[in-house]
Amino acid sequence: MLTNGMAVSCRGVAKTYTTGSTKVLALRGINLDVRVGELLMLVGPSGCGKTTLISVIAGILDHDEGDCLVFEQNLRDMGQTQKTRYRGTNIGFVFQAYNLIPTLSVMENVAVPLLILGRNRTEAHSRAKEMLVRVGLEDKLAVLPADLSGGQQQRVAIARALVHSPKLIVCDEPTSALDADTGRLVMEILRQTALSADRALIIVTHDSRIFNFADRIARMDDGRITLVEPQVAHT
Amino acid sequence: MLVGDRGKYLGIIMGLTFASLLITQQSSIFTGLMTRTYGAITDLSQPDIWVMDPKVLFIDDIKPLQDTELYRVRGVEGVEWAVPLYKGLLKARLEDGNFQICNVLGLDDATLIGGPPQMIQGSLSDLRRQDAIIVNDIGARTRLAKRPKERGGKAIPLQIGDTLEINDHRAVVVGICKVSRTFQSNLLYNTTYSRATVFAPRERKLLSFVLVKARAEEDLKILCERIKTSTGLAAYTSQEFKDVTYNYYMKYTGIPINFGIAVALGFLIGTAIAGQTFYNFTLENLRYFGTLKAMGATNGILLRMILLQALMVGSLGYGLGVGGASLFGYILGGTELSFRLTRDLLFVSAGAITLIIIFSALISIRKVMRLEPAIVFKA
Repeated sequence: MLTNGMAVSCRGVAKTYTTGSTKVLALRGINLDVRVGELLMLVGPSGCGKTTLISVIAGILDHDEGDCLVFEQNLRDMGQTQKTRYRGTNIGFVFQAYNLIPTLSVMENVAVPLLILGRNRTEAHSRAKEMLVRVGLEDKLAVLPADLSGGQQQRVAIARALVHSPKLIVCDEPTSALDADTGRLVMEILRQTALSADRALIIVTHDSRIFNFADRIARMDDGRITLVEPQVAHT
Repeated sequence: MLVGDRGKYLGIIMGLTFASLLITQQSSIFTGLMTRTYGAITDLSQPDIWVMDPKVLFIDDIKPLQDTELYRVRGVEGVEWAVPLYKGLLKARLEDGNFQICNVLGLDDATLIGGPPQMIQGSLSDLRRQDAIIVNDIGARTRLAKRPKERGGKAIPLQIGDTLEINDHRAVVVGICKVSRTFQSNLLYNTTYSRATVFAPRERKLLSFVLVKARAEEDLKILCERIKTSTGLAAYTSQEFKDVTYNYYMKYTGIPINFGIAVALGFLIGTAIAGQTFYNFTLENLRYFGTLKAMGATNGILLRMILLQALMVGSLGYGLGVGGASLFGYILGGTELSFRLTRDLLFVSAGAITLIIIFSALISIRKVMRLEPAIVFKA
């Protein structure tokens, strides 16, 4: 357990995108803390820097200034290979478009993070099966993603994000491609299965229907955090 | 991943199969053709050394020697025996009045050394009969065959007892033999040396080659040098003479270039199809490669993934192409087609396919290595 109880701690994080002579300030000195055991939602208008911020926090994008500590590890101190390995062990991803590999079965998709970590196939499949049972897809193990509904695909993606027991889960618009009921179901599964006392969830979303699932909501605008507010009415 | 994209998967395999087929098939035909250039040397397995005029460039480049050269060669230390061989192109007049140019081999009268490797009908010793010649089976069936008795009927193969005229001299077929196909002509007569010199137009020199057997434990290279020094003639071991003939055709004919172009074309087309399809597949799946990178897959893992997929399609394409080429050779084995698929050619084809898949994989790998995992959050 961390001494300060922080899963993520960003201080003065800045990121500028340069295209030719054009410079776009995507993050302008972000200060943000995400507590362990917390579900934090990042909300804000398109282009405000939400995706850039979770990309930095997840270690898939280098920031230019400031410090970003994830479970007390400063991402700026890591080389690319170290960062890749760190992501593999500690971060789980849920994407808007699910990003399930279309040629692999549901179980094989879920087993991928474990195979990347070097676990043997039998162990990986066994663990993947357990996760799929937890998200209610035990009858879809051998099915290809294309044969599943959007909600089911997102549940597979959640199982994949959790299968290797990461400490931090980042979700990019996990419900925006789903109808209201399915989105709610996915969020319920996320809260029930993903959130635990030693793990944190960060969800980037536009979908106001799911705001009530958050512990806190951080509002962003023009590359800055404008407001961090608690959200207590969980359903 | 690639297997799931049936269209591209089959497209790459087809491209590689085509390349492998064309490279293997054309190389085999080339090898078969080049093997024919020294078919006559292969058939004469008894002598160790061929002695000839130093200006001879290949087996059919006859520069006759004086008969006395035979005795000079026989006098060289280390020579077990030496026999004369006449080789020349003579005109044969057929029963229907038609003429055919034939390759005539005149063998040593006493020993008949240099005779055909396989007799189908008759015996080699029948050459000792008057006016005797032995004809090869292909010649007997094709250009030397007699006219059909009925209009539109089948030609009647030349048989034992049939007669021909060679340079106005009567010749009687006493046997049918099987010989290796040669590059220039499929018609061959074997006869004795003395009879061949009668058939041949009058010339001062008629001895084409002296065939030499070395004494046991004699080093052939040293003996060749000794013959050269003693007689001033060229002396080659059988393998050397094959190489001399082979090199002549390689250097002075357009055969290697023609086949080389076909092989290069197969290589280029295979590279273009496989490379482009593989690259397109990578581009279309960048999102998934990005996802794997985000989930912790190192460049090394992705590199192995791509190489494994390339190796898989390469192996399948190579196998199908080589299989197709072998089938082609098998089906057309009994025809005039020269086809010789050697183990070396299998390696050459495998090497070419390996290069194609390495190239195809490399352009994809470059793209994936440079891929930013942050692409996964882009819509």
